[in-house]
Amino acid sequence: MSEGKKPDPLMVAPWKDPAATPYIRIQNVTKKFGDFVAVNNVSLNIYKQELFCLLGGSGCGKSTLLRMLAGFEEPDGGQIFLDGQDMAGIAPYKRPVNMMFQSYALFPHMNVEDNVAFGLKQDHTPKKELWDRVKGMLEMVKLSGFASRKPHQLSGGQRQRVALARALVKQPKLLLLDEPLGALDRKLRESTQFELMNIQEKLGVTFVVVTHDQEEAMTLASRIGVMNLGQIVQVGTPTEIYEFPTSRFVADFVGSVNMFDGRITDEDNDYVRISSEDAGCTIFINHGVAAPPSAALAVAIRPEKIAISRSPPANTQENCTQGIVEDIAYMGDMSVFNVRLKSGKLAKVTQPNLVRHTDDAIHWDDHVFMSWHAASGVVLTV
Amino acid sequence: MSNPRSRFVTAWMCMGFAFLYIPILSLIIYSFNSNKLVTVWAGFSTKWYGILLRNEQILEAAWLSLKIGFITAWIAVVLGTLVALCLTRFGPFRGRALLSGLATAPLVMPEVITGLSLLLLFVAMEQAIGWPAGRGTFTIIVAHATFALAYVAVVVQSRLVGMDPSIEEAAMDLGAKPAKVFFVITLPIIFPALLSGWLLAFTLSLDDLVIASFVSGPGASTLPMVIYSKVRLGLSPEINALATLLVAVVAAMVVGIGLFSARQEKIRQRDIQMAIAANK
Repeated sequence: MSEGKKPDPLMVAPWKDPAATPYIRIQNVTKKFGDFVAVNNVSLNIYKQELFCLLGGSGCGKSTLLRMLAGFEEPDGGQIFLDGQDMAGIAPYKRPVNMMFQSYALFPHMNVEDNVAFGLKQDHTPKKELWDRVKGMLEMVKLSGFASRKPHQLSGGQRQRVALARALVKQPKLLLLDEPLGALDRKLRESTQFELMNIQEKLGVTFVVVTHDQEEAMTLASRIGVMNLGQIVQVGTPTEIYEFPTSRFVADFVGSVNMFDGRITDEDNDYVRISSEDAGCTIFINHGVAAPPSAALAVAIRPEKIAISRSPPANTQENCTQGIVEDIAYMGDMSVFNVRLKSGKLAKVTQPNLVRHTDDAIHWDDHVFMSWHAASGVVLTV
Repeated sequence: MSNPRSRFVTAWMCMGFAFLYIPILSLIIYSFNSNKLVTVWAGFSTKWYGILLRNEQILEAAWLSLKIGFITAWIAVVLGTLVALCLTRFGPFRGRALLSGLATAPLVMPEVITGLSLLLLFVAMEQAIGWPAGRGTFTIIVAHATFALAYVAVVVQSRLVGMDPSIEEAAMDLGAKPAKVFFVITLPIIFPALLSGWLLAFTLSLDDLVIASFVSGPGASTLPMVIYSKVRLGLSPEINALATLLVAVVAAMVVGIGLFSARQEKIRQRDIQMAIAANK
């Protein structure tokens, strides 16, 4: 599927190297709470210096998996290896792993400095080194002037940075972050995302981030593991997850998508034709698919990959359907069109607002043509 | 004040306060009565305070009550906190519901029954194993700790429930062993609850009459027991003086705690304002 992609020279991709040893090896890990299976036979390899995101809705098991890495939960089955060492039965306070909690969990009765120093004090770090490291860490998160403040005297963003400093000061082999940006407002979240990535690059610590926010996962992650019902459904780079989802769940969960049910009518090694009543046209895809002929499948097309126009495009035979505009949402940078197709299905198309104003703009109840490139559709069998 | 509604509310409030405090006020006033007859006013005097301070029996009883209250409060705080920890931090375990029910049962149990059952227990134990030999200060402390710990458990438990459990996890994650987490993180955070639990236990022990009467023995009369036996022989201005002193002590404590928490709240508010201002 990824033959067409050029390897990015800036991006090291150890997961593509079969000789690379994973830093964290999660093998067939299962965790049950009573009858509820929170994590179901998950196997996952995470490599050194990765920023790995576990993405999923609430109750998908991502937090439980994170807590098992931290040692707060013991797996009912399977094993977790960190840097070659089996983590079974190792208490949280003995693991070379630190965690940043969703609530930040700062110690309310200690000031910022003492919060950050807490971990080093437990290791009996010599005084001089301890305070040097605390100072350095506070500088890195830009909180030098706040060392003697108590947590309740800080803003949300500052608290978040204290929590990060406190977790990083011990130089853990692995840093776990539970919804690190969840409690911040949107503007702050964006700037913090990049700060987090810079810090991760600078320190070279392996990060595992749990989030339900796909945008956050897309920006932060070197790779994303999408979870659903206690299982990992797909692992890949943000591009792979977005452009080449392997299941309806992933296609639907990450970003928005138009899903058209259909059947293969004609296929060869390098192309496939799918007739779809849903879409109201024949969909042509310029590569072969590994699906049995006439199998029921779905074609996923992202809204931004569809062109919308009032005049018919050059080829109206394939990859082109028609409908009536039912809703337009103007978002500033782009507009979202909800188009009712003949099949009754509502299709979503987004279009960047390249010009400021045009008299020719598409309006409600306009009859429009929607077309897309032969490489845009993704065939999904599961 | 001008509108009729607020005058109505004020009137009711005054009546409420009068209902609550006139009895106490009259007690205080009559404690300064120079007449030996409690209800006949014969001029201002502080002589009953002098007589009170020379009354060995009352002083001894007061001292015993304070001692019992002090020891009871410590035992109740330790045991009550352990119960609260069990109920909030140890997850579901066999017998959890039973412990929860039994620990809080003394809250609703009539004191007479608690006292009687403890008395029967002490007597049976003395016959069976010869311990505790006789009844006195020790048995009162045991009895008081038994019911005071229920109050402490409730107070501490609610504080523990309200505390973010990930704070303890974070401490453990940073390398602190469970015992250290408890003493360095949990204990300071729940300290206000321990303090109010301690004061509650101390007060409960100080003013308990029923249970103490059941489990006490010769030579161990607490202050409420002495007051009660004296009052049965007739009202004495001396008791009024004693009661006034107790009211003064309690009032001072209440005002002190009130001022302290008001100051804390003010500091907290100011800090929050400062934090908000600093972020703008």
